[in-house]
Amino acid sequence: MATIRIPTPMRRYTNGERLVTVASATLAAAVDELDRRFPGLRERLLDGDGHLHHFVNVFVDEEDVRLLQGLATPLGDRTEVAIIPAMAGGGRPVLS
Amino acid sequence: MTVESLRCRECKAEVVAGPYYVCEKCLGPLEAVYNVDALRRLPLRERIEAGPRSMWRYVDLLPVAYDPVVDLFPGFTPLVPAPRLGRALGINDLYVKNDSTNPTWSFKDRAVEIGTAAARTFGFKVLACASTGNLAHSVAAHAARVGMRACVFVPAGIERGKILASAVYGPTVVEVDGNYDEVNRLCAQIGDEHRWAFLNVNMRPYYSEGGKTLAFEVAEQLGWRAPANVIVPIASGNLLVKIHRGFQELAALGLIPDASARVHGAQAEGCAPVATAFHEGTDTVRPVRPQTIAHSLAIGAPADGRYAIAAVRATGGAVEDADDAEIVEGVKLLAETEGIFTETAGGVTVAVLRKLAAAGALDPQGSTVVCITGMGLKTVEALTDVIPAAVRIRPTLRAFEEAVLARA
Repeated sequence: MATIRIPTPMRRYTNGERLVTVASATLAAAVDELDRRFPGLRERLLDGDGHLHHFVNVFVDEEDVRLLQGLATPLGDRTEVAIIPAMAGGGRPVLS
Repeated sequence: MTVESLRCRECKAEVVAGPYYVCEKCLGPLEAVYNVDALRRLPLRERIEAGPRSMWRYVDLLPVAYDPVVDLFPGFTPLVPAPRLGRALGINDLYVKNDSTNPTWSFKDRAVEIGTAAARTFGFKVLACASTGNLAHSVAAHAARVGMRACVFVPAGIERGKILASAVYGPTVVEVDGNYDEVNRLCAQIGDEHRWAFLNVNMRPYYSEGGKTLAFEVAEQLGWRAPANVIVPIASGNLLVKIHRGFQELAALGLIPDASARVHGAQAEGCAPVATAFHEGTDTVRPVRPQTIAHSLAIGAPADGRYAIAAVRATGGAVEDADDAEIVEGVKLLAETEGIFTETAGGVTVAVLRKLAAAGALDPQGSTVVCITGMGLKTVEALTDVIPAAVRIRPTLRAFEEAVLARA
């Protein structure tokens, strides 16, 4: 079972749970599994084309999945998955 | 003005201003919302020109109230004409915005002072950050000034001087076995579980507004107009985005005629995910593992990378990169032509300025401003092998005449 660490702003969807274990063998399957148990989580993580949102970072055993196999990254028995919102700030002009 | 709400850049949902950086609805980034109508009613130019000779002269356009307790007088740094550097590179009307004269010798003081003021209003007891050095210096200094505890997290292996220049203020300095991106991830996780003010994480909607003041100053120092070109180093990409936005805000408020500056970005070749995406014509920034002497720019997964590319493209600018040898050459060139000693990040910016000029990427109609964001004593290690040794002589006139006079 892989463990998924849920960040504070997502815990309203997981009934306050911060650690969720999943039986899935890949990150993509884990997202599906999460969404079945906590409806709405998928769209927090994926855009309309099924890709990870550019402002959400996912780490599998401390490695950015964009440096691994993205959503196809395999999850092992003791894998830890961390979901961390990107620390971006302030693009579009507010005043126009 | 103190902002009362934050807005999600992605889904536009608003929340009451607080110590948050992520939208609860969609996980998008939150940013400060200003009361534009109230700003338009103010005689802004008069208020700014009557203000202190520091970043705080723009307090009407910042997200917090002026807090004298945090004030180390950052900003309003010199905009220095650079004719000798300009001649060397074939650029007319060139200026150096010398942000290495800030209280802890980098542009980070602008952001940290705003973020520290915000942290005080939210009642935090600990200031913290993930840093490659410069941010840690500023956070440690500001914590000392306001009497808060500080804990700064840096990647193991950064320059010795950068550790010392944080440690002297009395924070806990934590060296993490990993690169900056890993330190940043750890800090996001700590900030999620413990009530600490991480300047570059949960204080980000306030902190990140500091970068705008660099653009405000450049415009005011040029006589209330934007330059034709501005060259900005890219680490997270946030400074570039904020400089672009600073010019746009001044134009929207009628303080400058237009915001037509071409905004150009500078990266190190060993950590150039934004330059790569720019050249590939995409806005998807693929993370890299940094390998460069420009440690303060070594962010492999720049959070504002795609927004930086959008700003560069919208203004007709370009993003280029420089290798380690070019970076050192850039540091030396700025020092030898203008008497300004910058850290390796400034070497990147000068080296990229040279490439942009050679490629004809600069708008020749108007001024060019190169942003020098940190000072050279922070990264002396990069230069030790390339700077010639001193001439050593016996204390006699003859020794002087033989060994020195012949060279001068």
